[in-house]
Amino acid sequence: MIDLLIPTIISCVAALAVVYIMTPPLIKFLEKQNFTVKDMNKKEDVMVVRPGGPAIIAGIIISEIILYAFLQLNEILAMLITTSAAFVIGYVDDRKVMGGWFKPVALAVAAIPIIALGTYDSYLVFPLFGAVQIPVLYLALIIFMIPITGNTINSIDVLNGVASGFMVIASFSLSLCLFIVQNYEIAVVSLPLGVVSLAFYKFHKVPSKIFPGDSGALALGAMYGGIAIVGDVEIIAAVALLPAVINSFLFISSVKRVVEHRQIKGKPVEHTVDFKLQATDDKKAPVTLVRLILAGGGPMSEKQVGFAIFKLAIFSGFLAVITALMMGVSL
Amino acid sequence: MWCLIIIGGGIIVTLLGPISVSGFGEFDWFVSSMIQAVIALVLVVIWILILSKIKNWVFKKEIKL
Repeated sequence: MIDLLIPTIISCVAALAVVYIMTPPLIKFLEKQNFTVKDMNKKEDVMVVRPGGPAIIAGIIISEIILYAFLQLNEILAMLITTSAAFVIGYVDDRKVMGGWFKPVALAVAAIPIIALGTYDSYLVFPLFGAVQIPVLYLALIIFMIPITGNTINSIDVLNGVASGFMVIASFSLSLCLFIVQNYEIAVVSLPLGVVSLAFYKFHKVPSKIFPGDSGALALGAMYGGIAIVGDVEIIAAVALLPAVINSFLFISSVKRVVEHRQIKGKPVEHTVDFKLQATDDKKAPVTLVRLILAGGGPMSEKQVGFAIFKLAIFSGFLAVITALMMGVSL
Repeated sequence: MWCLIIIGGGIIVTLLGPISVSGFGEFDWFVSSMIQAVIALVLVVIWILILSKIKNWVFKKEIKL
């Protein structure tokens, strides 16, 4: 394990430095190109640049290439190709409005490198009850997992700082769980995801200077899903991601189909006079995690809702750690 | 939802783990996988239905959205 220390430090420093250094010039470049969108939760007409995906993917690629130079793992290659493909899919969606089915289908294709490079184990491991081998079913799981994690992170990217902040908590929880289940190499491979998210959070937090866009959110989500598969910690990863999974589940089960947010007619959230967020009673509007939080807690500022989501993420991370500890226990 | 994942995992391991079909020659693994897939799909549908019921209960009874 000691021999992993140097690659860990170098890759994490590289991930942090690349995103931290690259994002400010990217913001200036996007401003010049007029790639801006209105921040809907600000009283004034605030325009924010997007997408921040190029800085995020640069941090991921450079840190993972450094790790590959040290560890020579096919798992890194598979995850890197899938994550890069997810970035490209997101970038296409950032530039051109695509249909609701484009991202799930394209992300399913992006999962193929994980299968092609054979970097998976067809056992699904559950806490307390052990493992079950599902050779064919596992292939379907891989094909579904990347679109689910990618779109799940994308769908939680609704407020300043939420997607990146949530990924910081979820990915570091997953890394900790990988150390607990003694999968040290994949734990090290997973660390740059948290570091990249942390570096990007500095620019994404309230008030946002840049939004990750679909390219950033899909890259983060796809990498998270890729780590879950190659690290053989699918169930633990699902637990750490629960608030975002619940958000996606609430959304899809209330609109009853796969659609883009822009296609939704009802408004789930509205602004009060002092521009706080509050839940609407619009029956046509989708049910979302933000709406649920606001319905239970009354009007809140954007920052307060973000912190409420982070608290849920920390709780889910804690449950993920308990789940990882339970992996060693058999009934 | 965490409890549903843990319990669901137990059911999956208990139901899918022992499935092993013989009598189909080299297609044994394929038939086994198909049976596993059908059972898994049924379990996922049941899991989603339970989650939907819980969601409806939370929204309609507790928060009245």
